[in-house]
Amino acid sequence: MRDRFVNQALTKWMEGTGKESEIVISSRVRLARNLCDIPFPNVATAEQAKAVVSQVERAIKDAAVEQTSGDLIFVNLEELAPLDRLVLVDKHLISPQHAEEAAGKGLILRADEAVSVLINEEDHLRIQCLFPGLQLEEAWELASRIDDILESKLDFAFDEKLGYLTACPTNVGTGLRASVMMHLPALVLTNQASRVLASLSQIGMTVRGLYGEGTDATGNLFQISNQVTLGRSEEEIISNLVVVATQLIDHERMARQVLLKETKPQLEDRVCRAYGTLTSARIINSQEAMTLLSNVRLGIDLGIIRGVSPQVLNEMLVLTRPAFLQKLAGRELSPFERDVQRAALIRERFNLDG
Amino acid sequence: MFCDECKKRPATVHVTKIVNGQKSEVNLCEECARAHHKEWSMAYDNNFPINKFLAGLLGFDTGKTAGSVNLNLHGPGKCEHCGASYSQISQTGRLGCHQCYGRFQDKVEPLLRRVQGSNRHTGKVPKRSGGSIRLQREIQNLRVRLQQHVSNEEFEQAARLRDQIRELEKGMAE
Ligand SMILES: [Zn+2]
Ligand SMILES: [Zn+2]
Repeated sequence: MRDRFVNQALTKWMEGTGKESEIVISSRVRLARNLCDIPFPNVATAEQAKAVVSQVERAIKDAAVEQTSGDLIFVNLEELAPLDRLVLVDKHLISPQHAEEAAGKGLILRADEAVSVLINEEDHLRIQCLFPGLQLEEAWELASRIDDILESKLDFAFDEKLGYLTACPTNVGTGLRASVMMHLPALVLTNQASRVLASLSQIGMTVRGLYGEGTDATGNLFQISNQVTLGRSEEEIISNLVVVATQLIDHERMARQVLLKETKPQLEDRVCRAYGTLTSARIINSQEAMTLLSNVRLGIDLGIIRGVSPQVLNEMLVLTRPAFLQKLAGRELSPFERDVQRAALIRERFNLDG
Repeated sequence: MFCDECKKRPATVHVTKIVNGQKSEVNLCEECARAHHKEWSMAYDNNFPINKFLAGLLGFDTGKTAGSVNLNLHGPGKCEHCGASYSQISQTGRLGCHQCYGRFQDKVEPLLRRVQGSNRHTGKVPKRSGGSIRLQREIQNLRVRLQQHVSNEEFEQAARLRDQIRELEKGMAE
């Protein structure tokens, strides 16, 4: 059962479905919770960390009996091989910090991987729900339900005035971090991305961009999330982010139309060259792959490329990561071997559709 | 999370850099990010209209999280529950346990007001352990509605709400 989470590449958020899925790759909601009377993970002793894991494991089992949440599975991270833990990172199910130091750490996963609960990361519990497309309300509702299930068995650190108490004061209150991963190639191509995204920080949003060595944002992917967790209700936080995401979608769509109108040949050339490289290259590093996949995805969305499924970008983002390539190969690979494997995998995937 | 550069202001811009295949993350405040903008071609231009557009739309006070945060406070002593000292907390930016919030209240509260723009939770309350708080919230909501009915001179509804509030208050006293 446990193996399936690391062996099976495709997961719910890669489906490429959900509202606005041509621009919003995924929606995520995270709730930080801590148990009463045990110090937070950064201070807790090994013994205390273990106590948290076993309390949560028991709570899940008890809750499963009562509430038929039987599809929640407990995984002790110490029992997973380091490579398997990295695969879980690539699938966005756990954080890199969680994978690095597995001692005293646990994980709860729902069979469909839409829910993962990290035990003893920065806080005792991090409840995460990950959905494809723009589905923040849905993700919040599910996270809140998982929170209720756990809270029915566990005493959470809660203060009347400050709300849920967390290790970092930037999470206190709701403990809620909601985020959307957006593909914004046209905003980048029209040099608007940095300005638009920088302005978001002034309205309480945080932007996470993946930048490569050059000047281009790798894969043109950006993660937008709420900065403030205290003084606003969960519903307010979620709806503010939905408004911001919707604005960004509109801007991206407008920029796409401008590009299509003003620079169609250049755009087509860019897209088709990317497609050509991906279907022919024999050696490709992950950064180049990300950039080209982003261009192809834009081409699919604009109807320049037909017959390739739009989820190819989402899938390849995970499949072409070093941990996954090594998992597929069944052995450790040198960086060069990975670049060869990656190129082969991409060619194979495109031939399926093309 | 605080800015890697100045370590004073909250980090609002997170950049993952890939150099020679090695991933590293830089967390910066807006000010420091602006200073870095050439490095990763982020042109910061505050005059871009989307700024005001979004701010107006969301009704946010855009200055809320601005201003510097001083974490290098010389707090006295240690938390009796977890043993964390304030210098430890200000170094890591992490509190040691839920009781640290009370122990270092005079340091944490101003920090929260600066980082979060607020120091009062208005969101979800745990069902089991938050029983009395849930009740209080409910009473508060009823009082607001009662006031509305009174000012609309809808005395019948107001009387009903008043009885409801009394019922709940009895439950609290028990
Ligand atoms: Zn700074
Ligand atoms: Zn403490």
